Amino acid sequence: MNDSVFTQLLDLACGAFLLAAVAVLWLRQLTSIVRAFAFQGVALAAVAALLGLREGRGELLAVAAGVGLLRAGALPHLMRRVLAASRPGDGGGRYEEDVSEARETRPLVNVAASLLSAALLTFLAYAVARPLVALDPTPATRALPVALAVVLIGFFTLVTRRRALAQVVGFLLLDNGITATAFLAASGVPLIVELGVSFDVLLAVLVLQILTTRMRAAFGGTGIDDLRELRDR
Amino acid sequence: MNGIGTAAVAAQVTLVVVGAPLLTGVMRKVRARLEGRAGAAVTQPWRDLRKLLRKEAITPLGTGPAFRAAPPLLVATTAVVAALVPLVSTTTPVSRRADLILVVALLGLGTVAVALAGLDTGTAFGGMGASRQMTVAALVEPTILLAVFALSMPTGSTNLSAIVTGGLHDPVRLASPAGLLATAALAVAVLAETGRLPVDNPATHLELTMVHEATALEFAGPDLALVELGTQMRLTVLLGLLASLSAPWGIATTTTPLALALALAVLTAKVALLGAALAAAEVFWAKLRLFRVPELLAGSFLLAVLAVTASYFLTGE
Repeated sequence: MNDSVFTQLLDLACGAFLLAAVAVLWLRQLTSIVRAFAFQGVALAAVAALLGLREGRGELLAVAAGVGLLRAGALPHLMRRVLAASRPGDGGGRYEEDVSEARETRPLVNVAASLLSAALLTFLAYAVARPLVALDPTPATRALPVALAVVLIGFFTLVTRRRALAQVVGFLLLDNGITATAFLAASGVPLIVELGVSFDVLLAVLVLQILTTRMRAAFGGTGIDDLRELRDR
Repeated sequence: MNGIGTAAVAAQVTLVVVGAPLLTGVMRKVRARLEGRAGAAVTQPWRDLRKLLRKEAITPLGTGPAFRAAPPLLVATTAVVAALVPLVSTTTPVSRRADLILVVALLGLGTVAVALAGLDTGTAFGGMGASRQMTVAALVEPTILLAVFALSMPTGSTNLSAIVTGGLHDPVRLASPAGLLATAALAVAVLAETGRLPVDNPATHLELTMVHEATALEFAGPDLALVELGTQMRLTVLLGLLASLSAPWGIATTTTPLALALALAVLTAKVALLGAALAAAEVFWAKLRLFRVPELLAGSFLLAVLAVTASYFLTGE
């Protein structure tokens, strides 16, 4: 793989990675948000695989495969199960509540404003990453701002969305961004650390899934605003 | 060389004027077929125009020069844009002046003229349509300018011919993240600018949903013919511009009659294909609520911003 093709493919993968994060902010249907997240997992795996191919490290390719399986396969599958559990299904009766459950109806910041904020966050990421890029301007480090922008957009999603599932996606965006930063800045962390992080994320999502189910059982919805009793005083 | 270049400009303008109603006819036909109707003939828009042109010119009481000047102004600005944009050839006598910002400004002039005419009639619909049209135009403008900025960065010039020639010589540029994002942002902007679904429904006459139709409501006879022709020409020119920027293959860079003829055929095919694809997509789209339109346009603005940042940072200074 020669230089220009590698740069081109890496740029494309990073562009898709950022675009998926933006799509999460743009979309309202939770199913579409989960799909965008799965697409981002594929892009992240592609970034890792490209770096692995470039440096001829089999270990990085294995990590790429693992990242792809976890973030484009397992995690979206878990989230779809949570969504499916909240569908009207056979029960009927609870129709009105479930409609509001399938979409992010009223985020704290409206969609147009959050898209503009995403633009500002991207600029911020570029501004912050400039000194880092200047240290060693290779194609991979030059894409570093993209990963930082995804971290910031993930934070933003986490803060402004009301549905528990949308917040989970925000948390995972944040994690995707951190992983991408590791890949782009240092060609990945040691395998054992990567494994630990991946299992951590999986465990967190499992716990959040159970928490969401319990929340629905207790309140009939996953609007975080209803959780007044749990507030820290 | 000059003779062929002038011929290319003339061919471009003629093709746009003659082809625009036919393109609308093709799009309506595709839509009708997909909906299970037979649909009118492809030449029907031309017959409508002929019928309207034969009628007597009527202007509503109390309207002033803004109302009368709007239809010719709309057609004239679009014709100038059709001459400037490198649809067929990149080496024409006017190609040095084919600045993308000038093109956007000319299109904006046409929009403003029609909106002023809508205001001038003094009817409720005209004013409402004008206000909506200006809202959309104000949101589209920054998107187009940013997308243009992203496209012009690798070339170092906002000259359209230079951008298209650069794309022809360096196809990698078209597939870069910046190029793709800018093309996507431009596509949304073109949809909004020409009043197609999902921003506006060109087939409706329902007062609550229309944007462009509301401003054109009071026109009759030859004026209405000009407004319709102008709208169709805008769609054709913008689709052609999108095709030239995203897939410049086939555009003549030399001044031989053969290359020119080939470029004309390729342009017709590209625009017809884009139009048919748009019509097919419109069957599956619903019109967005007016209050959701800013969301869509903010999204395309973000795409344009990302295109600029990507072209500046990713590919290196």
